[in-house]
Amino acid sequence: MTNDVIRLLGKKDLFIQGDEAAVYGALIADCRFFAGYPITPATEVAEGMAIWMPRLGGVYVQMEDEIASIAAVIGASCTGVKSMTSTSGPGFSLMQECIGYACMAEIPCVIVNVQRGGPSTGQPTEAAQGDVMQAMWGTHGDHQLIALAPKSVQETLDLTIESFNLSEDYRVPVILLLDAEIGHMREKVVLPEVTTVKVDERVPATIGPDKYRPYRTGFTRPSKVPEFAPFGSGYRTYVTGLTHDKRGFPVTTSAEVHEELVRRLIEKVQDDIDDIWYHETSFLEDAEIIVVSYGTTSRPAVSAVKMARKNGIKVGHIRLITIWPFHYEKMREYLKNAHTVIVPEMNLGQMFHPIRETVGKDTKVVSAPKIGGAIHTPYEILKFIEGDVK
Amino acid sequence: MKAGIRISGFGGQGIILSGVIVGKAAVFDGLNAVQTQSYGPEARGGSTRSEVVVSDEEIDYPKVESASVSLIMSQEAFYKYASRTKREGLIIYDPELIPDNKIEGNFKLAEINATRIASELGTKIVANIVMLGAFNEVCSLISKDSMIESIKDSIPKMLDLNLNAFETGMKKVNIIK
Repeated sequence: MTNDVIRLLGKKDLFIQGDEAAVYGALIADCRFFAGYPITPATEVAEGMAIWMPRLGGVYVQMEDEIASIAAVIGASCTGVKSMTSTSGPGFSLMQECIGYACMAEIPCVIVNVQRGGPSTGQPTEAAQGDVMQAMWGTHGDHQLIALAPKSVQETLDLTIESFNLSEDYRVPVILLLDAEIGHMREKVVLPEVTTVKVDERVPATIGPDKYRPYRTGFTRPSKVPEFAPFGSGYRTYVTGLTHDKRGFPVTTSAEVHEELVRRLIEKVQDDIDDIWYHETSFLEDAEIIVVSYGTTSRPAVSAVKMARKNGIKVGHIRLITIWPFHYEKMREYLKNAHTVIVPEMNLGQMFHPIRETVGKDTKVVSAPKIGGAIHTPYEILKFIEGDVK
Repeated sequence: MKAGIRISGFGGQGIILSGVIVGKAAVFDGLNAVQTQSYGPEARGGSTRSEVVVSDEEIDYPKVESASVSLIMSQEAFYKYASRTKREGLIIYDPELIPDNKIEGNFKLAEINATRIASELGTKIVANIVMLGAFNEVCSLISKDSMIESIKDSIPKMLDLNLNAFETGMKKVNIIK
C-alpha cells in the first residue's frame, strides 16, 4: 500500500505546506481513517485527508467536535486501522480525556496539533509553542506518551511516518507538535524512496483465540507491549479506561493490579528511551553555553549559534526532536560542562522546566521566551547568547 | 546566494499565491525555497504579506528581515514595508493603488499598473500575475521558464489569461531608477 501511495503522489520535488506534509506522511504510513473537526491552523490537514481517504479506500469523517473526533479515531484503531486526527489548541484541550483513554487502553493513534497562540481561542492564525507541557501532562493520571516536534516541512513528512511507527510499536498515542508557522510554511519536500521507507505494523496476536488475553505481554517476544487482536477478528478482546487485569476486565480497587498496569504503561516506553529519543547536536565539544531548542524555533537558534561561533563564542546547540519522553540522563551528560543553558521557546518557559531540573546548581538555565505569533529572529537569540559570555 | 522576497498588499489580491508561485519556481530552478505568510482572520481586506527566502544553501531562518525584492500592492503595505527593503534592493509597486509612493533611500524602483492592466485583460484578479511578470523582467533571480512552469502548476484554471497577464507584466513594467 505504501508503495502505491508514493507512486500515486509522483516523483517530482514538491513545494507544499507543513500541514500537507503531515497528510502525505500519514498516507505513506498507511493511515486509512481520519476523524476531525476543522480549526485554523490545522484545517489543511483535515482538508487533505478528506481528499485522499476516499481515493485510497479509507474513511474520512468530519465529527461534531474534537471530543468525538478522538473517540472515533480510537474506535477505528481498535479495529486495526491506522488512525489520525488533527487539531489546534482549543481542540487539543477537548481531546485530553480520550488521550488518557488511549494511553490506558493502549490504542495506537496519531494526533497532529498545529499550535496557535492561546490560552482559549487566542490567536488563530499565529504560531506558538504553548502546548508543550499539555502534550505530556494534559491528561490526568500517571502515563507516558510520545511527542515529536519537527523543524521543517520535510521533517514533518518524515516524522508523521515515524509517529505512526512509534504509535504502533508501543501502542501509545503519539502527538506531532507543529505550529502555525510550520503548518502553513511551504518548502521543498522529497518523498521517501519506495525501497527505503520504513512502515511498522502492530505486533499481531499469534496465540490461539482461546488462550489470548488482550493485556498479557510476552506471547511471542520479550516486550512490555501487549500483542494486538483487532475487533472483529474472532479474538475476544476488551477495552476499558478503568484499571484492568490482563483479560481486560475492570479491577478497580486492587493496588497491586493498578500499580502493575500503570508502571508497565510507562516502562514500555521508558525502557526504550535510548532508541526513541531523537535529537541533534552541534558544536558541543568545547561549548560553555548551550542553546536547547525544538520545532520551528530551532531554525533561528541554528542561525544564532552559527553567528556566535563566528564571533568566537564557545556555544553549542541541542535540538530535541523527541520532546516527550524527556531524556534526563542524556541531557545531564550533554549539559554538564556548560555554565549556561539557553532555552528559546514560543511560550513563557515550558521545556525550560525539565531542563532546569536536569542541571546542577552551577549551571544557569535562561529562558528566552517569545509570544505573540512571530518566531524569534536569530538576533534575538544571539543577544541572549552574548549576554551570557563570561 | 540568498535572497528574500516580500510580497504585500491586502487580502483577496492573491498575495500568498504569488509567494507560492515564486517559491515553487525557485525549487524548479534547483534552489531551496521557503515561503511563509501572515494574514488576519478576514477572508478579504486586511493586510496580507507573503515572504519567500531563496538560496542555493540550506535555509535556517525562514523569514525575510530586509527584503532583496519588495512587491507592493497597497498603500498601507507601502508605508509599512517599502523601507524594509535592502540597500540597492528592488521595489516594484502598483502606482495606481499607491498614489503616495515617494521614498527616500538607495533603492531600485519599478512601477507597473498591475490592477488596471489586469482589468483590461479581463479581470483584475490576475493583477498579482502581472506583478510577477514585472518582477521577472527586472530581476534575474528566477528563470522565466520556471516561473511559467510554476504558474501552470499552481493555477489550474484560466491558464491562457494568466500567462497573458505574466507576459504583459514583463512588457509594461516601467523602471524608474
